[in-house]
Amino acid sequence: MLDQALTMPLPSPRGPLSTALLDLLTRDVDDAAARAFARTTQDEVAGRSDLVDDDDVQVTLLCLYELHHRGLTGVDDAWEWHPSVIDARRHIEAPFEAELRSRVTVPETSATTASEVAATLFELAAADSGPSVARFVAKRATRDQVDELLMHRSVYQLKEADPHTWAIPRLSGAPKAALVEIQTDEYGGGRPERVHSTLFAQTMREAGLDDTYGAYLDDVPASTLAPVNMMSMFGLQRRLRGAIVGHLAAYEMTSSIPCRLYSTGLQRVGLGPGATEYFDEHVEADAVHEQIAGRDLAGRLAEAEPALLPDILFGAAACLTVDGWSGERMIERWSAGESSLRTHRSAQPLLQGA
Amino acid sequence: MSRASIRAVPDRSSQDAPPGAATADEPTAPRGASSTTITLCPDGPLLVRGDVELFDADGERVEPRRSTVALCRCGASAIKPFCDGTHKVNGFRSDV
Repeated sequence: MLDQALTMPLPSPRGPLSTALLDLLTRDVDDAAARAFARTTQDEVAGRSDLVDDDDVQVTLLCLYELHHRGLTGVDDAWEWHPSVIDARRHIEAPFEAELRSRVTVPETSATTASEVAATLFELAAADSGPSVARFVAKRATRDQVDELLMHRSVYQLKEADPHTWAIPRLSGAPKAALVEIQTDEYGGGRPERVHSTLFAQTMREAGLDDTYGAYLDDVPASTLAPVNMMSMFGLQRRLRGAIVGHLAAYEMTSSIPCRLYSTGLQRVGLGPGATEYFDEHVEADAVHEQIAGRDLAGRLAEAEPALLPDILFGAAACLTVDGWSGERMIERWSAGESSLRTHRSAQPLLQGA
Repeated sequence: MSRASIRAVPDRSSQDAPPGAATADEPTAPRGASSTTITLCPDGPLLVRGDVELFDADGERVEPRRSTVALCRCGASAIKPFCDGTHKVNGFRSDV
């Protein structure tokens, strides 16, 4: 069904908060129940720390954001802007953002011009010392671990570029033109078969995986959902436009070389050109995008709105740090000979032969 | 054949931009009189925007797969003539 192909299937709950949300969203719109959910959210979240690693909170937030992306299968679109649902989201976003701001180290800078800001961002990306999932995949990953990587990545890559697109109407002039220039390429430059999320779906099919939007949501841990939720949070709020711009710059600046390594790894475990095309495309595309994102987007935005510079750097540092936590967990599990998934579905023959 | 203009990145800041060039308020990439521009990215590639045809030494067309391309300037790219980001790890430095 078309609806099922476009919308995200409802995930399984991971605790009391996500249980309450899924119960709410599968009803007809009900104001009293929604108000009760907002109160539940406030109470639940107040008692928790480390929201980045909280499966219940992260899957709840992902569903709340999905209302604004493609929607949830079987869920009434009227929930998207229901004030109590937005209220509940704010009860999660505020402490989530506060946690990120306290845990992410933002570099000091005296940069003011576009070129100086770009240089600062390139230095930040180059200094990123997180564990390299890409190097692991290039050299050591088994075929099962490659499948797991694709399952983790599918949560974002099947909606690749969408959170950053939300920034376009919040920008003007040179930074807007730069973001559109990048996003046009992300969306295939007018060719549907070149849309990056479509290329990723092709990679999944080539690997024998299910390319349905959200198919592996239940398999991936909070640490995989948190970076995706962070992007949606930065993208959806105009106040955080500096952060989503900085995020994109750092993302692009740490993409082309890792993508070459991913491609090498996929080939090493026996996957063909149809599977590596997504990564090969990113080697070339992101070497272009990082130049545009550094100077023309982030740099020119900092020139136009100097007050946004701290958030540009925060968004960039948050991208590197939170993605780093996610990768660290994957490598820890793999190095211990364990699956990086919450489930062990990759061991089932169903997926291999699908 | 289009006439290309070559512009180093620092020239793009609005204070010393030539007539017709982008200012912070104009939604344009660097623009001189030409519709094709080549931007010299510091310590990085040549960013080519606009209508351009690319050929190898035998006259075979090299098909760009996007409207803006980055041409390798450090010499170490594995996907020459395009940039693959290798300049970031091989110590390449440019004057402009």
